[in-house]
Amino acid sequence: MRIGTAKETYRHDEALFDTPVQRWWLAGLFVAIAAFPFVADAYWIYLGCLVAINIASATGLNILTGFTGLVSLGQAAFMGVGAYIVAWLEINLGTPFFVNLLAGGLGAGLIGILVGIPSLRVKGLYLAIATIAASVILHFVFANWTSVTGGQSGLTMPPATFLGTALDQPDKLYWLIVPVTVLMVLGASNLFRTRIGRAFIAIRDRDISAEVLGIPLLRYKLYSFALSSFYAGVAGGLWAYFFRVVTPESFPLVMSIFFLAAIIVGGMGSILGGILGAAFMTMVPEALKLIVGWLSPWLPDAVALLSPVRTIVFGALIVGFLIFEPRGLAEAWRRLRRFFHLWPFKT
Amino acid sequence: MAVEMSSDEGRTALAVDGLRLSFGGLRALDGVSFTAREGSVTSIIGPNGAGKTSLFNTISGFYRPGAGSIRFFDTPVDGLRPPERARLGMARTFQNISLFQGMTVLDNIKLGRHAHMATGVLEALFYLGRARREEMELRREVEERIIDFLEIDHIRNAPVSALSYGLRKRVELARALAMRPRILLLDEPVAGMNREETEDMARFILDVREEWGVTILMVEHDMGMVMDISDHVVVLNFGQVIAKGDPGQVSSNPDVIAAYLGSGEVDDLRARVREAAGAAGGAA
Repeated sequence: MRIGTAKETYRHDEALFDTPVQRWWLAGLFVAIAAFPFVADAYWIYLGCLVAINIASATGLNILTGFTGLVSLGQAAFMGVGAYIVAWLEINLGTPFFVNLLAGGLGAGLIGILVGIPSLRVKGLYLAIATIAASVILHFVFANWTSVTGGQSGLTMPPATFLGTALDQPDKLYWLIVPVTVLMVLGASNLFRTRIGRAFIAIRDRDISAEVLGIPLLRYKLYSFALSSFYAGVAGGLWAYFFRVVTPESFPLVMSIFFLAAIIVGGMGSILGGILGAAFMTMVPEALKLIVGWLSPWLPDAVALLSPVRTIVFGALIVGFLIFEPRGLAEAWRRLRRFFHLWPFKT
Repeated sequence: MAVEMSSDEGRTALAVDGLRLSFGGLRALDGVSFTAREGSVTSIIGPNGAGKTSLFNTISGFYRPGAGSIRFFDTPVDGLRPPERARLGMARTFQNISLFQGMTVLDNIKLGRHAHMATGVLEALFYLGRARREEMELRREVEERIIDFLEIDHIRNAPVSALSYGLRKRVELARALAMRPRILLLDEPVAGMNREETEDMARFILDVREEWGVTILMVEHDMGMVMDISDHVVVLNFGQVIAKGDPGQVSSNPDVIAAYLGSGEVDDLRARVREAAGAAGGAA
């Protein structure tokens, strides 16, 4: 129990960030995010954009898998749908980027609803297999619907433009990608303060009693699929603007596994978990690369010797999380916060 | 609400007529008929396997009966699925508590109101307008009418998985109340409780009836409680109703004694039950 957080209205108690300290930290975070492109070099801004895209997609998968309990291995394919829609619109119609991103999200959401239909009958691993099947079909479409997707060579697209400025470099795209991601993460947080989000969790925890409470299972599972793939579609659209080449190989199955691993490492069923997990999964390989780089003055062959070790360390870190922190980074974060709430009275 | 109740007393809240349900060759329900008067406490008793839970599952819409009909306040509900029955005002608790383990007490209770809210996905994402208004209204009502009433304010933010069995049963009742029920189906509300918890629960059930004017239909094995708080008792055995009436009539019915309490002297058996319960209460 925390002290010094007395509240006088229900509205204050229901707020997303309910203590002044939290709001200060949040303001600090926003300032840091806004200041980042001015202090960081191009490489770090590039990484920042990549992390933001992955956070958007992982948050989407967290809605479906972490909160609704429907395991999906189709997240990368849904991102692909969004990316192709955005690239096609940008090339052929040249519509503004927010229209394209919205269309990419909605298109992916519709496909998500189709893929989600079996979820009323199949659960768990069976549903995971069904989503793999769906993503194989989508890859086939990407590779063979040549008139629209450009076949194996894919689509090469012009950059997004905003008021006549081409957003062709990471330091400009940052101002598109990060705000969109922040909006989507806030949206997901809001969702779980309302009946819709509660219904998702109810379906995850005990679907039969959810039904007794008046929650129509199929409709809500499809909502969850639609939202999750909408998030994936928008993230895929951002991805397309970021790399500007979309090919069938851009969104492999292993990428879906990457997102599943991200929410497991971060913490399923926690918005913060999706953020931390995506950041962790994106940054750790880079951090390991940096460490190998620092070692090279002392070990001339470091890069050649340690590159395979890097992959092993990365894998070991994930396994370590599953064993020692099964509820993810979000839980570790909560413990850290509790420590400082109680400090110095209890350590 | 209390006024409404007294003016309507005597209406039939639930009418079950000739219900049949088979699982393969097993007849779980074999022509079950009874009615529950509005504002009454009706208990369904019977030995294990008599069909009590099957009856509940049929009433709440999980099982499709082979024959028979169910009317809820003059509305036939036979073709309706569980969520639709919930929306009409049928709330239910389960024999094995079915709370959502990953959520707090408050969120569990709020879920009860789901069917009576209208917030859509888009509004939920932005948490503006109706979403905010509905959530605030719900929070106020849950706090002021339900949490206070059931005396669970100290645990409102606790995760359900951290609660004792008795408290979980109470939270489940709270969630059912949030459904704006017109009838509450309670499946063994005091199973596994000690004497003190049982008495608390009996008091809450009677209070719910008084203050909310809700009709109560319950399955229960605790004979002391059934006889104390029921207005009407229905006895099932092998899927058939073998007796119904007020508690006094039922407990002196020879068929009931033979089928349920075992042969022998009822008063003697009752005394033994009381003694055992007293000993258990004393130990606790």
